[in-house]
Amino acid sequence: MGINDFGISFSTVNGSGSATANNTILRAIHKMGIPVAARNIFPSNIQGMPTWYYLRVNRQGFLGRLEHDDIQIAMNPDTVHSDLKRLKPEGLLLIDEQIEGKDIPKNIEKYCMPVDRILKECNAPLKLTIYLANMVYVGVLASLIGIRIENISDALNYHFNHQKNAVEPNFRVVQAAFQWSEENISKTENLKLEPIQANNQKIMIDGNTAAALGALYGGLQYSAWYPITPATSLAESLNEFIPQLRIDPETGTTTCVVVQAEDEMAAIGMVVGAGWAGLRAMTSTSGPGLCLMAETLGLAYFAEVPIVVWDIQRVGPSTGLPTHTSQGDLSFSYFISHGDKDFVILLPGDVSECFEFGWRALDIAEELQTPVIVLSDLELGMNIWVTKNLQYPDEGIKRGKILWEKDLEKKVSIGKKKWGRYLDLDHDGIPYRTVAGNLHEGAAYFTRGTGHDEFAHYSEDDQDWEKTILRLKKKFEKAKKLIPPPEVCVQDSNAFGFLTYGSTYMPVLESICILKEKGIDLDCLRIKALPFTDVVKEYLENHQRVFVVEANRDGQMKDILTINFPNYADRFVSIARCNGLSLSAEWIISQFEKFIKLEIGE
Amino acid sequence: MNTDIKRSYPNAVGYTRNDYLGLPTTLCKGCGHNSISNMIISACFELEIQPEKIVKFSGIGCSSKSTAYFLNKSFGFNGLHGRMPSLAEGALFADLSLKGIGISGDGDTANIGLSQFKHLARRNMPLVYIVENNGVYGLTKGQFSATAEKGLKLKRQGENPYLPVDIALEAIAANASFVARSFAGDPKQVKELIKAAISHEGTAVLDIISPCVTFNNQDYSMHSYSWGKGHEAPLHEVEFVLPREEITVEDFEKGTLREVTMHDGSVIVFKKLEREYDPTNRTEAIRMLEQAIRRNWLITGLIYVDPHAPTIFEQYSLPKEPLNRLAPEKLRPDRISLDRINESFQ
Repeated sequence: MGINDFGISFSTVNGSGSATANNTILRAIHKMGIPVAARNIFPSNIQGMPTWYYLRVNRQGFLGRLEHDDIQIAMNPDTVHSDLKRLKPEGLLLIDEQIEGKDIPKNIEKYCMPVDRILKECNAPLKLTIYLANMVYVGVLASLIGIRIENISDALNYHFNHQKNAVEPNFRVVQAAFQWSEENISKTENLKLEPIQANNQKIMIDGNTAAALGALYGGLQYSAWYPITPATSLAESLNEFIPQLRIDPETGTTTCVVVQAEDEMAAIGMVVGAGWAGLRAMTSTSGPGLCLMAETLGLAYFAEVPIVVWDIQRVGPSTGLPTHTSQGDLSFSYFISHGDKDFVILLPGDVSECFEFGWRALDIAEELQTPVIVLSDLELGMNIWVTKNLQYPDEGIKRGKILWEKDLEKKVSIGKKKWGRYLDLDHDGIPYRTVAGNLHEGAAYFTRGTGHDEFAHYSEDDQDWEKTILRLKKKFEKAKKLIPPPEVCVQDSNAFGFLTYGSTYMPVLESICILKEKGIDLDCLRIKALPFTDVVKEYLENHQRVFVVEANRDGQMKDILTINFPNYADRFVSIARCNGLSLSAEWIISQFEKFIKLEIGE
Repeated sequence: MNTDIKRSYPNAVGYTRNDYLGLPTTLCKGCGHNSISNMIISACFELEIQPEKIVKFSGIGCSSKSTAYFLNKSFGFNGLHGRMPSLAEGALFADLSLKGIGISGDGDTANIGLSQFKHLARRNMPLVYIVENNGVYGLTKGQFSATAEKGLKLKRQGENPYLPVDIALEAIAANASFVARSFAGDPKQVKELIKAAISHEGTAVLDIISPCVTFNNQDYSMHSYSWGKGHEAPLHEVEFVLPREEITVEDFEKGTLREVTMHDGSVIVFKKLEREYDPTNRTEAIRMLEQAIRRNWLITGLIYVDPHAPTIFEQYSLPKEPLNRLAPEKLRPDRISLDRINESFQ
């Protein structure tokens, strides 16, 4: 707790328009140049159930989840008491005076906000009361912690697209509440914001929008999808940005097609059809949808069709917790589909990487002629993050080995061997492909999920089969050169190191910093993609203990590491849990310390 | 005209009938599917379509294997069970000048693939969708499919307790814009209907009763040769006429001909048989199919057509140049556009 360093929780009822109020606060703080992160914890429901918003400001830029709140804003009578368990003893409660319960412990510093009175003073239109009520806490909080009122105005204007008739009633309530707070609440020294300059060249964007934009800058041409939380907004963002980014201004024609399929099996089938015919193709889904795509992923792998599948992970198994985050689909993605196969998996660690992997995944898929699975999660995908400006791709679009009429003519004439769809001419496991529409008389071939030889003829021959699957394995080796390499975040030759991936990277970085303050130095490696490269092997070699941190029950990354590096199996310590929440540094450190206590003694 | 002579000469696009052949079939001798493959070959040859301009799709089953046995110069994709439609719905966006022919079976369409089948029709995705319908699973050696009639007996299955799915009726219910039924034992009609289907702009469903000589050719079965021959009730005689040909249907009396002009200017000519039938009337089509079920008729011919129904392609403003030939420069927006995006998220 301190200047530019505290956490605020907002408990509201879903469907009450609190998102507008919460995002306004987030944006206003962002505009003050202070690092800020926010998480929306919402039910799988449209209206009437409790919802929470957790906001964290941190001058050092740590964005991980907090276990406790410094300030609570209580607008939902149903959750006031259970929420109080999260409030720090020295914390502050701002509560709507109408829902103020009798049995709130006396030791808690509490202010009752006269929400109704302020709304009446502002002559708020009756039908908007429910939405404007949330603006009261915006104003009170602004006064209390020092959010600049002009930044609130900027944020409201952004939110309502500068529409005066929407901005004004909201801002009027904010101002009145601000005034009330100035007159009635004494400010504390600790819970205060001071403008700094940490947000230059930074934007506010959610991971799904960033991923969609990345794909559009990556030359995506075809996407089929089926609605599923928390992936829906990815496909919807494609539809939102195609008119702006992918319509030819001269002809008005589009270069990217989006189809809402009847289910996930059809969605991936369409994408495989498109990828096979030479379109850069992608689908986006979550765990239950990925389950339905399993068989088709095997077909795409074996028929060597480039496609990209985004899985925005939620909590499984089964319908699980549809609106809560996890990293529980890693093992499933790694082993997905029957038989012998390998899948390239990308693991974006923040929102700017969602953008980067949006375009990069399409390149890798086409270069390898194989499916690429990108594992994001609800934490990244559906929350709005402050992130550095999206970076324009620093490499040109890579289409891989596609032969058109002229290329095929050349290939056939210079090569001693005839072209065959599955002939490994370059000895890198990746054959050349033609696509439908190529009118060269030798271009056509028959694609099948059944056994085939190098010329795509049906074959049940034992040697043909084995040759094919061994060649496919070579692609996985080649993949190591194309995927984003792991990031060595801290490397000071310490005996202990963390290993993590995806959104869990945030609390792990924070844990390292806190442990350092306690005099414990740890290294850290962040995996950005599978298969593992030599950098991972070296990291394991150089550390006696590797703490693998992830948001799933069993430690799925630890399991996959163990399979790949059995010699180092005794070095792994799993720090893993799944409760629908992202991990916090506080919990990670507690697990680390528990291990140290057990293993080494105090 | 003597078709044998015609066959050895190249057609208007310079291909002989042999150029439309596939690999030798590996299906059972006498299988109805082989006869359908032959009619696809003849139809494409006679329609003078460049074989490279056709893309073949299929699911899993005996019928789906048959895409290897015609049009060897065409790209083909033999995918997963019941999921042929989705492959076509992705692939055919790549180049709108291509023509898709999908082959499926009764299990592939009416059991595992019912959803994709109906959604394809609902979107009016341009595809010739041929169901080689024999009421039985052949590759797994004789189980009932959803089109098998109630009471049918199979060696290891006993008696089928369920009422059948009528593929033509399902297609119409799903708003398919071209629905026909035929019988593999009537190759001339099969060929004419395939030609009409290929010239159709949207989804063209052809439910072709194609007896399985190994597992389901019992005389009383509605999917057998003998039953089909005894119960076939053609709605009309069908003839397909290319846009540049003159309509020369011989031996007709005044008032017995009906024509439907297709989107590309070709004409389907219907010669009236016993009953008046208007294939552009959807209500009438549904009534006719219901009647056929009740009276145990195998009605054949073009059951329903709407040549002007908008296709899925019309929902998108697609460029003239095939999408799959667009240069990378056309696929990546410029730097300035990303600056604007970044600005808009500040």
